[in-house]
Amino acid sequence: MTKQTGAVGAHNAKVMNRFDLTKRLVGQLKRDEAVVGGIGNANFDLWACGQRPQNFYMLGSMGLAIPIAFGVAIAQPQRHVIALEGDGSLLMQLGCLATVAMRAPKNLTMVVWDNGIYQITGGQPTASASAADLVAIARGSGIANSAWAADEDDFDRLFAAALQNGGPSLIAVRTDNKPGVGTTDRDPVQIRARFMNGLGVKRHQ
Amino acid sequence: MNDMQTRAATWHEIVLATLKSNNVKLITYVPDKVFTPLIKALHDDPFFTVFATTREEEAIGIVTGAWMGGLRGAVLMQTSGFGTIPNALASLVVPSQIPALIFVSERGTLGEFNLGQAMVCKTMRPVLDSLGVETHTITRQDELAFIIDRSIKQAVATQAPVVFILSPLLTGGKVFEA
Repeated sequence: MTKQTGAVGAHNAKVMNRFDLTKRLVGQLKRDEAVVGGIGNANFDLWACGQRPQNFYMLGSMGLAIPIAFGVAIAQPQRHVIALEGDGSLLMQLGCLATVAMRAPKNLTMVVWDNGIYQITGGQPTASASAADLVAIARGSGIANSAWAADEDDFDRLFAAALQNGGPSLIAVRTDNKPGVGTTDRDPVQIRARFMNGLGVKRHQ
Repeated sequence: MNDMQTRAATWHEIVLATLKSNNVKLITYVPDKVFTPLIKALHDDPFFTVFATTREEEAIGIVTGAWMGGLRGAVLMQTSGFGTIPNALASLVVPSQIPALIFVSERGTLGEFNLGQAMVCKTMRPVLDSLGVETHTITRQDELAFIIDRSIKQAVATQAPVVFILSPLLTGGKVFEA
């Protein structure tokens, strides 16, 4: 097996660290933006960057981080919503990109960490390691504003632009194989209740 | 006097009116032939935000996010689509206590012609029972508004999903010309 070095589609992009970029991303959030972390390391690194009440940590339902974030974005059009998803998870639910593109929410940003492996299940290669270009797939699905981050500064710039509510955007990042830094609490009711509170939503709306 | 008062309302008019009276504004669906008049009426009513998704679990994820953001939503699908959502129910909706409102057009029974539909139909209620999800099979139009209205209120009050299985006895089903 060839050594995994991240996504095939981003051959010119720097291989970066997911936790480092998650810190950079969270550091740009100044308006109580909502963040939905996908199952696994996307979640763990989000958790390790501080448990903002506007963060939702998905404990199952692999592949649904973008649909969940999209639902939040529909419900709260004034709030920007960010989905953090891994390459394996996105590959499981590619159709959601077409749905997002069809509806074109202005307040949704999708960030894909692409390390080319199913990291928490033992490092098996994903299709994006050798064949699938996730940005090309996103563009082909109708997300015109889709790009690989070339390096950390480029990521910061792309994310800052995405937060301007110009339409749905997708930022893909080649990431290394370092494990997630934290581990989420595994209490779905508490996570959901805290998130709703963070979004200013009452239980029986 | 509106149109519904001057003639007998159809099942799909009752479903739409009950969703509206309960402020369920977001509808995500994967299409179904029997649900077509309901889906068309929902699309035509500006009260609702209505769109198709590529898969049923995607539709579940969207209404879950919308609920957490303060917007009530319902999902429409057919029996075979239900076969794709047990993981989303078991690992997201049920443990997170999300009052997802799920309408299933029942295929696979009462004159079904497609064995694939019939087999999926047999798995549906055992899956819902094992998850402890409130489920109502609706066969009679005179019970339709009561069941849906009360069950939506219960779902919200108890923070639990509910599944409405709309029987061919109610909707007419899909007819096979033998």
